[in-house]
Amino acid sequence: MRATPLLLVLATAGFAAACGGKPAPEQPAPEPTPAPAPAPAPAPADDSAERDRMEKERMAREAAERAKAVAADLAAMIKFEYDQATVRSTDQGTLDRKAAILGVNPNVRIQISGHADERGSDEYNLALGNRRAAAAKRYLENKGIDASRMEVVSYGEERPLNPGHDETAYAQNRRDEFQVTAGGDNLVAPQ
Amino acid sequence: MTRLLARISALALAIPLTFTRAAAQDTTKVNEGVRVGVEYQPGVRPGLVVFPGPGLDSARAIVRRDLDYSDRFEMIALADVPTGPSTGRGGAEGGPVNYGIYKALGAEFGVELAETGGGVTARLHDLNAGQVRNQQSFPLPAAADPGYRLEVHRLADEVARWATGTPGIAATRLLFVSGGRVYRIDSDEAAITPLTPAGQTALSPAWSPDGQRFAYTQLGEGRGAVLVQSVGGGAAVQAPGTATALNITPAFSPDGRLLAYAHSDETGTDVYLANVADRCCAQRLTVGRYADNLSPTFSPDGRRLAFVSTRAGPPQIYVMAADGTDQELLAPFDYGATGSSNAPEWSPDGANVVFHREVTGSPQLFLVDAAGRRVRQLTSSGRNEDPTWGPDGRHITFVSDRSGARQLWVIDVETGRVRQLHTPGAARLPAWSRRLSRTAVAP
Repeated sequence: MRATPLLLVLATAGFAAACGGKPAPEQPAPEPTPAPAPAPAPAPADDSAERDRMEKERMAREAAERAKAVAADLAAMIKFEYDQATVRSTDQGTLDRKAAILGVNPNVRIQISGHADERGSDEYNLALGNRRAAAAKRYLENKGIDASRMEVVSYGEERPLNPGHDETAYAQNRRDEFQVTAGGDNLVAPQ
Repeated sequence: MTRLLARISALALAIPLTFTRAAAQDTTKVNEGVRVGVEYQPGVRPGLVVFPGPGLDSARAIVRRDLDYSDRFEMIALADVPTGPSTGRGGAEGGPVNYGIYKALGAEFGVELAETGGGVTARLHDLNAGQVRNQQSFPLPAAADPGYRLEVHRLADEVARWATGTPGIAATRLLFVSGGRVYRIDSDEAAITPLTPAGQTALSPAWSPDGQRFAYTQLGEGRGAVLVQSVGGGAAVQAPGTATALNITPAFSPDGRLLAYAHSDETGTDVYLANVADRCCAQRLTVGRYADNLSPTFSPDGRRLAFVSTRAGPPQIYVMAADGTDQELLAPFDYGATGSSNAPEWSPDGANVVFHREVTGSPQLFLVDAAGRRVRQLTSSGRNEDPTWGPDGRHITFVSDRSGARQLWVIDVETGRVRQLHTPGAARLPAWSRRLSRTAVAP
């Protein structure tokens, strides 16, 4: 239950880090390489039935991959400048993608949690994290997503993604995380 | 006159007394990184000696350290003094104290502790006047009793009051956060006790003025209520108005009836005032419009609140009336140049508000005087943050990384002397109690 969104978050974080801190791409999941066709069985009598079964498997696999990609887009974090709570222009695409997904999955509800790096006052960072989460919520509201589907929480500097004490760590820790709290099964991809 | 001097010299030779000016040495050693507006003048403070005597060794040691930590005396340490009856008071047991010998060491005051039935009698000797200035008997529990140390601290605080007019700060405790738990510790680092459960994230402990309760934030899944709990244990009670969203930085009013705190939700963070005595009536004091207002702290008359606001951009220190009117800047800053300012706490004498302000990326302690609004920097090296006043309005405990890890340190604003208040692990968000009465003290 808890492991899946966390893994998605970590996978996305790793991807973002590998890109040198660039915002999460709009299509982070690469098209899966189709499984190589198995060697034809020697003169099977029920050839068509086996083909149907494999075709169904392939479609199910692709649907799962698409849902996974949608979930990853929904969970993709956004980052902030030091002591700022303004959505960066480079993160607008990430939020636009979320708005599109939320638009075609009306039962999905999300929690937006704001985080801060360890600099600055411990207590102020809770307010700053709150402001960061609220900024993303306002952005999505302006894209037409109903406010009641999004809740805002803050962890301040209490849950760093990267425990380091340098700018690389700080940049990763100044973030909003997005967690699906309801309706996350069978996600539909936006057109 | 000549005869008197001759007698002092003879005694000085006869009794192998050595002494050091311990306080002055410490000050020289630990003063690095501290800048105070007042020039420190060694020797301006009166010299004080704790007379040797039979028994009460641990009480005498506690009193000596308490008076040293009050930073109001030049402590004159005696070493290698035989404590037999013939020299116990610098003279014959039961006879007059030999004032001359201690005056010769630079002492103006002498503290005598004597066992009396079930307790201890403290006498403050005025060496220049040649007489006892004050004396009082204190009930003293057995040394193993949890109340023993605090009773001795109380004695030391009273001695400081006799000598200087202002009591010491020894009979106090601090709260701080370590590993997500609120701990309590005596002012002399004794009796460290966890007050909140392990495995949680507790933040921002604040004392009630009577020292019997404390308020803190229990951070759950990104939300948190302000809880009020007895220092002696017992169930935590949710403060009014803090059941939803995130509620941080509680502060009691001086009469202990009201609790100010900041409530964070998607509209921003704002200061509220709730009545914890009647458990009702959370009232909103600031309207942020996506700005943050937090970290309220009462003036000692209860009529004003200093707080942090981001209304002009980075967080800075503001002040308002306790009903939310007359909001204005308290600590001046240069827009675009001055760093963020946070964690204000109003001094017990009402004169100053201490806070921390970013200076080239590191928080440093500052004072702003409430009347003139002049800002004065207290520290300058390492990170120094989250200050909390002692009850004398001149000592401040704060968090510093000067030793590597974040630990608690105490600065005397008057002299600039800094000492560490040792805790087992990293410590943050300290809160210093007022002087604790006997009824307030939990075991």
